[in-house]
Amino acid sequence: MSNTKYIIGSFADPDDLMHGIDKLQANNISIYDCFTPMPIHGIEAKLGVKPSRLPIAAFCFGALGTCLGFSLLYYTMAYDWPMNIGGKPSLPLPNFVPVTFEVTILLCALGMVATFFFRNHLFPGRAPRVMDLRATDDRFIIAIDAHENADHALIDSLLKEAGAVEVKYNERKYVSYE
Amino acid sequence: MTGKGITYAQITDDILLPVENKPNKAWWIGFIVAALGAMLWVVSVGYTFWTGIGAWGLNKTVGWAWDITDFVWWVGIGHAGTLISAVLLIFRQNWRNSINRSAEAMTIFAVICAATYVVAHMGRPWLAYWIFPLPNQFGSLWVNFNSPLVWDAFAISTYFTVSLVFWYCGLLPDIASVRDRASGLKQKIYKVLSFGWNGSVKTWQRFEIVSLILAGISTPLVLSVHTIVSMDFATSVIPGWHTTIFPPYFVAGAIFSGFAMVQTLLLILRKVLNFEHYITMFHIESMNKIIMVTGSIVGIAYLTELFIAWYSGSEYEMYAFANRVAGPYAWAYWAMMTCNVISPQLFWFKKIRTSIPISWVLSIVVNIGMWFERFVIIVTSLHRDYLPSSWAMFYPTWVDVGIFVGSIGLFFTLFLLFVRFLPAIAIAEVKLLLKSSSLQQKTKLVGEGAFPAEQVEYFREALASKYDSVTEEDINALRK
Repeated sequence: MSNTKYIIGSFADPDDLMHGIDKLQANNISIYDCFTPMPIHGIEAKLGVKPSRLPIAAFCFGALGTCLGFSLLYYTMAYDWPMNIGGKPSLPLPNFVPVTFEVTILLCALGMVATFFFRNHLFPGRAPRVMDLRATDDRFIIAIDAHENADHALIDSLLKEAGAVEVKYNERKYVSYE
Repeated sequence: MTGKGITYAQITDDILLPVENKPNKAWWIGFIVAALGAMLWVVSVGYTFWTGIGAWGLNKTVGWAWDITDFVWWVGIGHAGTLISAVLLIFRQNWRNSINRSAEAMTIFAVICAATYVVAHMGRPWLAYWIFPLPNQFGSLWVNFNSPLVWDAFAISTYFTVSLVFWYCGLLPDIASVRDRASGLKQKIYKVLSFGWNGSVKTWQRFEIVSLILAGISTPLVLSVHTIVSMDFATSVIPGWHTTIFPPYFVAGAIFSGFAMVQTLLLILRKVLNFEHYITMFHIESMNKIIMVTGSIVGIAYLTELFIAWYSGSEYEMYAFANRVAGPYAWAYWAMMTCNVISPQLFWFKKIRTSIPISWVLSIVVNIGMWFERFVIIVTSLHRDYLPSSWAMFYPTWVDVGIFVGSIGLFFTLFLLFVRFLPAIAIAEVKLLLKSSSLQQKTKLVGEGAFPAEQVEYFREALASKYDSVTEEDINALRK
């Protein structure tokens, strides 16, 4: 058995990449992941990637923001130290709208982005899990696990038939940045 | 997007050119001038902090003048960035892809400039944190949440944070592009900045959702911010401020001045950085149309204000406006009227709308006008107090002028550093356009006979009559 860990099909055009995915799937070859320099619309459906649940997280964080924002206002203005300002009510709901709204937006945005970073392991200093350096430039990459899919010759020919400009046999999973 | 033989690699090369190479002479000249301006800002703000706001031209009657004028001016300018990146994303206007990055950067730097005025005008800036509801030793005595000034603190800080997050999320894939082409120390720095971005399917999927939801929440946010800024005035009992028209009028004015500033910056940017194929006449014309529309809204608001002042029958209100039109500050009022109401109407003419030098000059005229608008609102309403014995005039000191001119320097310093170190156009998003709305793709489709002849003819005429980045040859290629 060779030392090849991953087979990398490198395409110059997103349409060829989609074509390549079709061909591999028709031959029951499982795809590890694809790396592209831009979002490819429709690729998730093709690869069977489930729709993201981030909008739910965003809604929950937003709702939490509304609760926290209102609680802050209620606590400070009506509970902890109610002030008599010209005899006006100490729980003036219309005046609470702007701050509650801002806190809602703030928590929704920060919470959603934090969830995104957490789920995708994005943080400053994270070693990039990149399989081909040109995947952030002009190449559209299909990565195939070489151990799970033994027929390397077939994979090679399928990728090239689909229009891959280059097929690489990588002995290590990720590119080293050292 | 125009140009021939453009590939994905070409897009990366073109956009990263200023990031991957040493800056040219134009950049250095601009940077030195801007940095000198920023130093003037440091000196003026430092002097203010040292001596107190007595260093400004304020007096007992006119307690708000240049500082708040500049604050509102900068916040307003910031709004266009969010508008371009958020509202146009929601409306699927994909022409925004070439200009959103620099417009968002502009937003962030403009809000930074605006925030410095808020801190500076407090008099005791080291107590600036008192505006936030923090537990304290006075009881705890909380802030007064009935006050729009407190709302403003929340609005501006939320706006800044969300804009920064939006901008940085969008930057991640492009920073990764720089990282994977760099080597040595540069690669290490961009590696940290890229957060380990790799462009996998799931990352892109979530990235697009994050962008869309951030756009969705930024849209009401940006409207709320300037609404609240306008309430700083509208909830007071000063004639000329106490009107319900303020929120929509301020928001329109903000978009108006912001687009003008985007225009000022982009017309230079596309020339100096050779982005003519990415920021085309289509963008310039579209932005001019938005300037024209929002300028007209602002014009109607001015006239409505005058009418309502008369119609209200309130003598204070009527006097405030008579004083604006014909009082000692009439020159400022008419400068505002000329710059904001008359000059954008010139954009009805296609020749003017598609002329780069005229667009550039008018964009600056608009921003001068919008500065005067805030000056007129603030100073003319204050300088005639309810008590005639308190009537006064406002004369700026060198510190007032220094802070304003300096903040422009600060803004340009930050912007020039941005174009030097980060991709000034969203690379990934522009790549999306290559196979959808680029001239190259359209030429190919026309060649295949995908469109009726009269549409092709119209398209050719539109290109020939205004685009500076399209050659005769490109237009002739648009045939079956």
